[in-house]
Amino acid sequence: METGTWTVKTGLAQMLKGGVIMDVVTPEQAKIAEEAGACAVMSLERVPADIRAAGGVARMADPQMIVAIMEAVSIPVMAKCRIGHFAEAQVLEAMGVDFIDESEVLTPADEGHHIWKHDIKVPFVCGCRDLGEALRRIAEGAAMIRTKGEAGTGNIVEAVKHMRAVMDSIRKLVSLPDNELSAEAKALGAPLEWVLEVHQRGKLPVVNFAAGGVATPADAALMMQLGAEGIFVGSGVFKSSDPERTAKAIVKATTHYRDPQIIAEVSKGLGAAMPGLEIGTIPREALLAPRGW
Amino acid sequence: MRIGVLAVQGDFIEHASVLRQLEAEALPVRLPQELDGLDGLIIPGGESTAISRLMLSYGLTQAIRDLARDGLPILGTCAGMILLAKRVHEPGMEPIGAMDIEVRRNAFGRQVDSFETDLAIPALGQEPFHAVFIRAPLVEGASPEVEILAKVDSGAGVAARQGKLVVSAFHPELTDDPRFHAYFLSIVGAG
Repeated sequence: METGTWTVKTGLAQMLKGGVIMDVVTPEQAKIAEEAGACAVMSLERVPADIRAAGGVARMADPQMIVAIMEAVSIPVMAKCRIGHFAEAQVLEAMGVDFIDESEVLTPADEGHHIWKHDIKVPFVCGCRDLGEALRRIAEGAAMIRTKGEAGTGNIVEAVKHMRAVMDSIRKLVSLPDNELSAEAKALGAPLEWVLEVHQRGKLPVVNFAAGGVATPADAALMMQLGAEGIFVGSGVFKSSDPERTAKAIVKATTHYRDPQIIAEVSKGLGAAMPGLEIGTIPREALLAPRGW
Repeated sequence: MRIGVLAVQGDFIEHASVLRQLEAEALPVRLPQELDGLDGLIIPGGESTAISRLMLSYGLTQAIRDLARDGLPILGTCAGMILLAKRVHEPGMEPIGAMDIEVRRNAFGRQVDSFETDLAIPALGQEPFHAVFIRAPLVEGASPEVEILAKVDSGAGVAARQGKLVVSAFHPELTDDPRFHAYFLSIVGAG
């Protein structure tokens, strides 16, 4: 009997597919998310929109709050640690959190190195902007990938850019002859063994979700049709005018992403989505997606 | 054979690819009308609460309950086993309730306790079956009509059959061994 294996780690990500993972900051919000049909919750101290507004250093959430959320719901509970902060990851592992997000939404702890995720028994999800970044994280042990998008903006444009970049590169890799794969690995900045894997399978070796800017049911359907296998919603639920209905609507839109009639139905009269931010108005140093490499 | 795979949430694509490998037709089911004309149904792994909410929203719970009563063969893995059970330790969840078993969710603990192991499953032959358990449930009680197909060391049931209903706490769709699905298809084929 073996625990913490690659199969068990990537297997949990498989079980989350077709589902919605929602950011929550209290046990009450976690219960609303579970009741709405979320397949997991992400426990954190503040949603990205508030992190963006507050400034300062954003860190792992208070373990007491994470434990309270773990006790409140029966679905998997994820938590974020800072990029490179393996001690925060060890703490989350000791607490028995189900998934760790090494996240650019928090202030990075290490500018040179991401966590060597093979050392931790809990599976990791990491953000990416393109295929090279995705494969670097997978080589370090990430059992699940998500687009970075631009968290806390309610603007889907960056998530679309990142998902298209990943999918375009996969299509290109599949079409390349074997004798060009080594040069392509160099161009992507990705380990050759994982480049070969994608070339053979025609898909990422782990589950790939969309994140960073999902605010409406149609946003979720857009990302699913572009190739996402599930959806992270950060600020989009609890910064909307009616979180319960918005949460249920995004869950249904993620399942029925190819059925525009259902998406129209669930979108009716939802009230105001979260306030949005134009990416061009954000000062460059305040962008989250460029954090990490 | 036309086998529906409930596709509201979870790893339904992995089930479909095992079915195709065994030369059965795999059809995604998201709405009740997609249940028409099926020879069998698979309820995949995933989050049982999320799947149960989505099933209730679109009338799938009652529709599948009716089909199970009429004798449609159904395979449920992990979340699917929870959803098929008559008694589940989870307040507020409405299972399909077709199989006379009592199931405990997350019975082995959280994700850090998820594991893989070799199981003896006599119904599949001599060779052990490599089984992956992810935040897995187990069978805590069963009526005499239920046949326990596999047990873990503690003696608790992790696979079972009652008539044309088959369940597993593990994920036969995540390993390369198609014997568990072949066993289910043999029940479908027997009519």
